[in-house]
Amino acid sequence: MDLMEKNLELLEVQKLEGHNDRVWNVAWNPVSSSPSPILASCSGDNTVRIWEQSSLSRSWTCKTVLEETHTRTVRSCSWSPSGKLLASASFDGTTGIWEDLGDEFECISTLEGHENEVKSVSWNASGSYLATCSRDKSVWIWEVLGGNEYDCASVLNGHTQDVKMVQWHPTMDVLFSCSYDNTIKVWWSEDDDGDYQCVQTLDESSNGHSSTVWAISFNATGDKMVTCSDDLTLKIWMADISMMHSGEGYAPWTHLCTLSGYHDRTIFSTHWSSDDIIASGAGDDAIRLFVDSKHDSVNGPSYNLLLKKEKAHEMDINSVQWSPSKENRLLASASDDGMVKIWQLETKS
Amino acid sequence: MVSGLINENPTVYERKERRVRTDSSNNDEYSVEPIDQLEIFDILLLQLHHIRDIRDPEHPYSLEQLKVLTEDSVEVDDGKSYVRVTFTPTVEHCSMATIIGLSVRVKLMRSLPSRYKIDIRVAPGSHATEAALNKQLNDKERVAAALENPNLVEMVDECLSPSFE
Repeated sequence: MDLMEKNLELLEVQKLEGHNDRVWNVAWNPVSSSPSPILASCSGDNTVRIWEQSSLSRSWTCKTVLEETHTRTVRSCSWSPSGKLLASASFDGTTGIWEDLGDEFECISTLEGHENEVKSVSWNASGSYLATCSRDKSVWIWEVLGGNEYDCASVLNGHTQDVKMVQWHPTMDVLFSCSYDNTIKVWWSEDDDGDYQCVQTLDESSNGHSSTVWAISFNATGDKMVTCSDDLTLKIWMADISMMHSGEGYAPWTHLCTLSGYHDRTIFSTHWSSDDIIASGAGDDAIRLFVDSKHDSVNGPSYNLLLKKEKAHEMDINSVQWSPSKENRLLASASDDGMVKIWQLETKS
Repeated sequence: MVSGLINENPTVYERKERRVRTDSSNNDEYSVEPIDQLEIFDILLLQLHHIRDIRDPEHPYSLEQLKVLTEDSVEVDDGKSYVRVTFTPTVEHCSMATIIGLSVRVKLMRSLPSRYKIDIRVAPGSHATEAALNKQLNDKERVAAALENPNLVEMVDECLSPSFE
């Protein structure tokens, strides 16, 4: 199925209003999908909102507001793989853990330790670890113990500046972080004993970014990743992860290609869909979608712009995320304009 | 705020005589008049009915008088909703450059329509850590976090408060 040949467009399904300040991040609940997909959003208004689509009316409403916990901006949120817990990372230096009790959410734990603003939080594939990162330049790994207990397992130093995002690999316990120091770092525990070390740094000398790296996203199989930056490019990276799966040691990531010339403002977010469409959200208020051109080339794979949705929002786009649902191509976006939008990618009628 | 003045003898330039605008300028967001260079310069240095200069944090003189900001400091394209302000800190190692840059950004954010993209930078060659400063002044997340810091907000508000002339 060659997507480039289909006449596709990104249609706005609904605009979710409610936050009183810019929305920084959106996260789809990984287990809920049709008929009731659930989306979390977090904001400069210090709250997290949970949105649900009604199976009857098909319209989205705000189910709950998670408030009176964080005292400053909530910068990012992330669902556990089971879908029962939500972590919220805040400028107040703490990370909240919330449990879905059905008709409400309860903050069951607050992770403290970072010296200043927490920027991002990520669960590993099995839900046994959490990672957080901060302007304090460190990455923390937390172990999920029973009974709502969370223990700091590791404090990882290495970045020389503000760490913007952390992301666990989709299938292996390898942790990735990206930073204001323009690099991406890979953290791994060889003996699986919880002793994580930085095993690779992707910097300019590895064909890496020349300015702040804002986000990382993996493809479904985990052998490729995309990163986005203030340097106005997206970069695609690859690794021979079968090598890692067979226990042959660490397989390094290498640069595959750079998508430049498509963006003229900072790219704040990028997300790789399960059917291989890469979305980007940028400071020019536009959403862009890219696909592998699948042309054989001596220079390796290349990616084409599938479509550009200009003025998707009225201000900067901070986050784009594909829904995990296999049934439709839904995309959520969050913006400085205080809105969350749900989009559907479909063939033009 | 600061115990000793860093730049004790600033060069003070004469204030430029205000050009009289023939049409009635207005800050109305719904106006069809495109925003131009002079208007943004005016936004930075005075409001419609008040003399409200951004004060150099160290001196009671305005940034215009110190040539930190001039009309040429402003590059604007209203059609593209874009503005870039270039400012020249008074002393090479001016530690107040961050506050000045932040104050300029806040003033513009409060005065311009939300569709505007704002870039702030120091004049090339005017500051020892120019690249680092520019990066920090244009990192939206860092700016947002800084503006949640009450001490910094107080310094910025002092910088933006009207001078009692």
